[in-house]
Amino acid sequence: MPEITFVEALNQAIKEEMRRDESVFIMGESIRGGIYGVTGGLSSEFGDRVIDTPLSENGFMGAAVGAAAVGMRPIVQSLSSFMWVAMDQLVSQAAKMRYMFGGQVNLPIVYRCGMNYGNNIAAHHTDRPYPMFMNMPGLKIAIPTGPADAKGLLKTAIRGNDPVMFFEDNNLSGVRAEVPEEEYTIPFGVADVKREGSDVTVVALAGMLRRALAVAEALEEEGISVEVVDPRTIVPLDKDTILKSVEKTGRLVVVDPAHKSCSVASEISAMVAQEGFWTLQAPIQRVASLDCHFPFSPALEKLVFPNEEKITDAIYAAVA
Amino acid sequence: MDENKELLMRMLRLMMLIRAFDENVKVMVQSAELVGAAHCYIGEEAVAVGACAALRDDDYITGNHRSHGHPLAKGGDVRKAMAELLGKSTGFCKGKGGSMHLADFSIGILGESGIVASALPVAVGAALGTKMQGKDRVVVSFFGDGASNQGACHEAMNLAAIWKLPVIFLCENNQYAVTTSFNESVAVENISDRAVAYNMPGVLVDGQDAMAMYEATTQAVARARAGQGPTLLEARTYRYEEHSEGLGRILREPYRTEEEIDAWRQRDPIDIHTAMLIEQGIATQAEVDQVQSEVATAIEEALQFARESPYPAPEDLFGDMYADPIPMP
Repeated sequence: MPEITFVEALNQAIKEEMRRDESVFIMGESIRGGIYGVTGGLSSEFGDRVIDTPLSENGFMGAAVGAAAVGMRPIVQSLSSFMWVAMDQLVSQAAKMRYMFGGQVNLPIVYRCGMNYGNNIAAHHTDRPYPMFMNMPGLKIAIPTGPADAKGLLKTAIRGNDPVMFFEDNNLSGVRAEVPEEEYTIPFGVADVKREGSDVTVVALAGMLRRALAVAEALEEEGISVEVVDPRTIVPLDKDTILKSVEKTGRLVVVDPAHKSCSVASEISAMVAQEGFWTLQAPIQRVASLDCHFPFSPALEKLVFPNEEKITDAIYAAVA
Repeated sequence: MDENKELLMRMLRLMMLIRAFDENVKVMVQSAELVGAAHCYIGEEAVAVGACAALRDDDYITGNHRSHGHPLAKGGDVRKAMAELLGKSTGFCKGKGGSMHLADFSIGILGESGIVASALPVAVGAALGTKMQGKDRVVVSFFGDGASNQGACHEAMNLAAIWKLPVIFLCENNQYAVTTSFNESVAVENISDRAVAYNMPGVLVDGQDAMAMYEATTQAVARARAGQGPTLLEARTYRYEEHSEGLGRILREPYRTEEEIDAWRQRDPIDIHTAMLIEQGIATQAEVDQVQSEVATAIEEALQFARESPYPAPEDLFGDMYADPIPMP
């Protein structure tokens, strides 16, 4: 299998789906020029199906809803931080329209939301807002953790018939890994056990998955066997795989780069506490960003989000 | 009946139908048969009816919380509208939308939005989609003077203008955003003046005159279909009722005078259209009365249909959330 980057995997998924289905098009800010790399080479191949928008996030994210309502399959590229600007359209239209109108319309839209954190770009550009959208029924939410998942999940998102918030951890952009050459998709709602273990389950989201795997490897030498689970999608959430893993290990650590309060780590912890309580042998540990904004200063910023040391400490606490 | 007379009589019938529908809504709110919020379109009927008369069946509309007039004008089934207001499973949206959210996608009614300017970007997207598909459908987006001050309105107009999309932005200026006069909240004299900023035509229309609405919309539609881009129409109109039914019991300070309301009632859209029909010898009073009588029957039937229809069942609660369903808690 060839090794490609996270960005190249996303680019391949978009290209292949645009070739496959003429109703797929992509719009966003400065995407013809290929900002962030993902859309490079699209406009030369697909012409008018690659649309540069004005900086009107509420406008064009809502336009995606209208285009989908009449039979198109828009992909919208933006940053997580700009989702705040478009909340009215994302919530009042994309999330609620199908239900409110009694299922009359399908809205096959993919909102690709790039996430920055730990890059010294201060609070306005540093967001991981997927827990807020998880609190809004009507949306599906995928969070790939590497190139192969990114490609397979994005293809599923584009082919599906519901609005999908697709959160891309920009810290993974240059990460290189093997991606199958043949055609494949990855279904939503199927978690992936990235590493098997027997002492503790670590559920990790987005870029935290790689850190959790690195910690698991290091702790192996200390005789602690860590199972690492990647939910891949949080709506739908594969509860069974998480519960089965906890049933085996008896211990749970959830690692989530979102702010801790009401994070996905909180939701998964609550779910396991309620549905898997009698399989637990120790309190659940949440490792998430502190409930503090991301400061610019490198001296302070690194304190906010989870790192390998915090994950290691949480695992020690769980297995103590 | 010649084509022209047929069109004019259909417009009369639809205005009367919307009027009778909302007169019933008032009663149903008072008797608590209708729960939740209801925003009557009484006084504004010529706007939606005139505009929709200029559309083809396969054209699209979007609307707002004052949601009863637009779908009925576009040809929506009055029985399904009434059933939706009563939360019945036979309603447009199976009872999940209610009074503010009527929609019938099968005839181009892409939904009424409770967030006032929120459907404008959706309308722009529908126009973008239809253009990309190589079709010549147009989209009329109904919104109010209040919505004209939301950012979504301006983003939508600019997008439609730069992409030359087939959208008719139809501002129903009924003078008040709940109780705030548009004179106090819009810096220009007419909302249609704002079209200059988007390099599109802005046209002020007498919203009490269905024929004026029909003619202005016909021109805007021709422009849109020819690929020349959007138009902003401002229909100057008036709502006789309060913002929502029952609000009058809460309001403590007058924000408009009885004289003002009376003056607008003197320019009632149904009276104006009827007078035109009779003065021009297009219809007799007896024919007009006949239409009124047919409308009353249609409303009675719709009420009976809605009242006799079943409510949605508890197992319908999670239905329609997703096209590709996922496990629900």
